[in-house]
Amino acid sequence: MKNKLRRLLGCALIGGVTALLQLPLIAAETIHEEKSLYRDINVVQTGSRRCLIFNVHRGDRNQTCVDVNNRDELIFSYTKMSFAGLLMNPEPKKILIAGLGGGTLPLAFNDLFPDAQIDVVEVDQAVVNVAKQFFFFEENENMMVAVNDARVFVKRAGILGEKYDFIILDAFGGDYIPEHLLTQEFLEEVKQIMTEDAVLVANTFSTSRFYDHESVTYQRVFGEFFNFKLPSSGNRMIITQLNPLPPRGSLITRAQALAPSLEKYGVPLLEYPNRLSTRVDWDMSRRVLTDQYAPANLLQDD
Amino acid sequence: MVLLRLAIIRRLAKPVNSVSLPKIVVISVAFVSGFSIMTIEMLGARIMAPYFGGSISVWGSLITVFMLALSVGYLIGGRLSTRNPNPKTFALFFISAAIFSIPIIVFADAIMRPIFLAIEDPRYGSLFASIFLYFIPTSILGMISPYSVRLMVDSHEHSGHMAGQLFFVSTIGSAGGTLATSFYFVLWFDVNQILWGAVAVLLLAGSLILFINFLLQKNAAASKVPAYEK
Repeated sequence: MKNKLRRLLGCALIGGVTALLQLPLIAAETIHEEKSLYRDINVVQTGSRRCLIFNVHRGDRNQTCVDVNNRDELIFSYTKMSFAGLLMNPEPKKILIAGLGGGTLPLAFNDLFPDAQIDVVEVDQAVVNVAKQFFFFEENENMMVAVNDARVFVKRAGILGEKYDFIILDAFGGDYIPEHLLTQEFLEEVKQIMTEDAVLVANTFSTSRFYDHESVTYQRVFGEFFNFKLPSSGNRMIITQLNPLPPRGSLITRAQALAPSLEKYGVPLLEYPNRLSTRVDWDMSRRVLTDQYAPANLLQDD
Repeated sequence: MVLLRLAIIRRLAKPVNSVSLPKIVVISVAFVSGFSIMTIEMLGARIMAPYFGGSISVWGSLITVFMLALSVGYLIGGRLSTRNPNPKTFALFFISAAIFSIPIIVFADAIMRPIFLAIEDPRYGSLFASIFLYFIPTSILGMISPYSVRLMVDSHEHSGHMAGQLFFVSTIGSAGGTLATSFYFVLWFDVNQILWGAVAVLLLAGSLILFINFLLQKNAAASKVPAYEK
């Protein structure tokens, strides 16, 4: 009887300690909540880490986090992975970023290349406001945000004959990348605004159910591309350019030259060249995504 | 000679297309028109996204134009129903709506491109694109509802009842068209395939009306001739 009681008590004690350990040491505090036309925006701070979360009730992950005491350091792997594009074009002069989020990526590029002109396209004015108010994002004469749909912006830039030498596609909607930003026609329009030496970096999910279709579509428009994945991240970066892809040797040389300047952002650039793969790991027989046949058509694959 | 005289007598006695369509036919095609309207509308946002983006204002433009077009259609359809309401005109609504929907498939880019170039604000761009793409076919589809009420009504006491039944069926059709298109058709088909489907269904509905009207007239003629010959 006594033994049983002791055992019970022991169990309770272990349970209690385990529960305590699972509690975050510092409670997360929601410092801002906003409903925009496109999503619910939450800004949550845990200690010195401040994160932007979209659609918190659906359990979405953080879009952007900053450490308010060390603003330079990039926190997410995928944000850092975007810098791999520099291995192909180390000195961009005109940069286009589709999708602002908390604005950490444009801020880092502006810091790194103060003379480069950076255009950011963000469809949601509320996201722009939150980035400015809570994530230290500021526009300046070289870095401006256009509140517009990326497709509309790119199409118009193409007609006006504008060219960019570094393009990052990082626009995410409710569930995933909006379907009109995944199609062959869109990528053709992106191609139109790329300079000869431009590099395109597209952030996608490696777990996306459109993975095969996306890969086939990029391949159709750009030919071979670097498929960049890291074990620490669920993101897959598609990195490509109009010219044939550079040999690994030149990537390594560039990484060695650039790595020191990226240290303060926490970007492990030296690890990247070996991760840039051109191996086809998708089903090549899948259909190319077009404006007529967009991802909504694929939900049936589930 | 006799036949000709008979025909003239009949023409004088009653309007040519005096046969009335069975209620079930009117109700069925009203369902089809409600269904097609929403199928076309649901695809509108997807057709315009490449030019005007996927923002909520594109939906706003689209719905505004559909509402305006329908309201104009109701007005015209109601007016037309006062003058010799007949199945042939009714069938013509379906056939012309089908024909005027074809530009949405064939000329969408040719229509949207100049608008995109001329108007920088995607809100107004999508509004004008919606007008040029959708106003005419949608207003023709709008004419169907009041006209079908007239075809079903034979007395004043029944008019409210008939109108209620008709709006019930055509709105159920619209609900069905919305759901089927957004849940299933977009999974199974390309956008243009779905639109061709809507065109085909509207043409079929129009042909069905003409065919039934033809049969009824033939029957009416056949049953009347012996009466005159007595």
